[in-house]
Amino acid sequence: MTDPKRAAISFNNVTKGYGPLTALDSIDLVIPHGQAIAILGPNGAGKTTAVSLMLGLRTPTSGEVEVLGGDPRDVRTRSTMGAMLQASGIPAHLSVSETIELFRTYYPKPMNTVQVVALCGLHEKLTTRTVALSNGQLQRLYFALAICGDPTIVVLDEPTVGLDVEGRHAMLATIDGVAKRGRTIVLTTHHLEDADALADRIVVIDRGRIVADGSPAEIKATVGRKRMAFRCNASFESAEAFERAGNSYEILTDRPEAILRDLLARNVEISNLTVTGASLEDAFLHLTARAGDHAA
Amino acid sequence: MLLNTAPIAPMFVAQARTEFLRLIRIPAFTITSLALPIMFYALFGLPHAHEELMDTSVGLYSLASFSAYSVLTIVLFSFGASVAAERGTGATRLMRAAPLRPMAYFGGKIVASMSFGAIAMLLLVAFAVATGGARPTAIMVITLLVRMLLGSIAFTILGFAVGYLSSINSAIGILNLINLPLSFASGLFVPLPELPPFVQHIAPYLPAYHYGQLAWGAVGVAQESWTTAAIWLTGYAVVFLLIALRAYGRDERKEFT
Repeated sequence: MTDPKRAAISFNNVTKGYGPLTALDSIDLVIPHGQAIAILGPNGAGKTTAVSLMLGLRTPTSGEVEVLGGDPRDVRTRSTMGAMLQASGIPAHLSVSETIELFRTYYPKPMNTVQVVALCGLHEKLTTRTVALSNGQLQRLYFALAICGDPTIVVLDEPTVGLDVEGRHAMLATIDGVAKRGRTIVLTTHHLEDADALADRIVVIDRGRIVADGSPAEIKATVGRKRMAFRCNASFESAEAFERAGNSYEILTDRPEAILRDLLARNVEISNLTVTGASLEDAFLHLTARAGDHAA
Repeated sequence: MLLNTAPIAPMFVAQARTEFLRLIRIPAFTITSLALPIMFYALFGLPHAHEELMDTSVGLYSLASFSAYSVLTIVLFSFGASVAAERGTGATRLMRAAPLRPMAYFGGKIVASMSFGAIAMLLLVAFAVATGGARPTAIMVITLLVRMLLGSIAFTILGFAVGYLSSINSAIGILNLINLPLSFASGLFVPLPELPPFVQHIAPYLPAYHYGQLAWGAVGVAQESWTTAAIWLTGYAVVFLLIALRAYGRDERKEFT
């Protein structure tokens, strides 16, 4: 039996190393039921390792990962989970509907196929062999396989990778549809706008450690920066880092008023001035920036 | 909410169906495994079908030989190539993340490859009968089929080992390097007495030779009892299993710990 108040997923002081390499370092993380959480981080941060541990694909070097109070390596635990993985394959010789039917048999109470197809928008491709699907269609099929068992926890490792803008938006809308059904969703992504659009909570990890944990708004507030953009005829100097392209300048700053005062005092022509709240991308770069040794 | 799991029977059936579809939907595999034994029979058996060989006819003797070749090749390749392909494409990871039971996964593969092996063998028998190459009795055909399917377990395990030792690109090549010399040296293509003397010396130590003995015994011309052949094949099955488990364990430590 699961206690409804118990966490959907918990990492209890989890360290995972591959030989001399430490992929995750003493992670503590509790994901409550029904939360949509995004795990963000640069390549090699440990996102896929975290996902693999949740799914029982890997074993922690030390510490404990629990899913619904059980071990994810236990088939009973995995019967409540659905997953979409990076670089995973499916039998190329099956059609879309055959693949969905196959994966449905893995679960005790699967969703009916009509509903799965409706949620993933694959109606027109039901009889198509998976080998003939486009990238976007294939991603939607993987998503269908993740949800066809009607799991309480859905784990998505980079669900929008390799998709064009249209495909990404379709995928985001599809995931959002499932999130609204009260599922716990764990997603990793490089596209920060995906996390912003889908997640209630964002955990930023870098080099195997959690560097920030909060709502998308909180993550941005932690950084509290503004993005200033303007055109200026005269050359411009500032203590703050800025980017210049011709006469266009962009500055990330937590004191836009001071910069503006400074500009006006110099009596130079400025135009097209905009000041906006920093995007999640900016927040992310700030959080994971390390003095002079950012991962290449 | 109780944590429970899916019933294993429907999962097993679906898995077996999936594997069977793989075998009949990949033309390169389907056509070669159905047509090659028939072609070999037509080339090597049929022209001399009514000549005498080891107290029987060439037609019946080579029907048994190519039945063995046919089933052996199918179980070896269907297991070896599919395991290597699933590891290579990452399908294994997705299936492991899903609550698929290993028993349904492996059981499905075994049932599918044996079913396809039975079809291929019966087509060969039908061809031999239709062309007048051989007139096996019903008992002979049934005995041959049962022996070929049970005996093939050793080669299923060998296929499993190769699937874990090779990559998606090398699997087919390695399987051919095992299958062709093994079948030849065991007398499945050319009758044993016609093989070069040194091959005749090696043959009795090869697993496919004893598998061949099971086949020839079904048509009444074995050089050893079926129990001797069964003991040899069981011994080989154990050796292949140890190799397979070692390779599986190595892959497991690398990919899943």
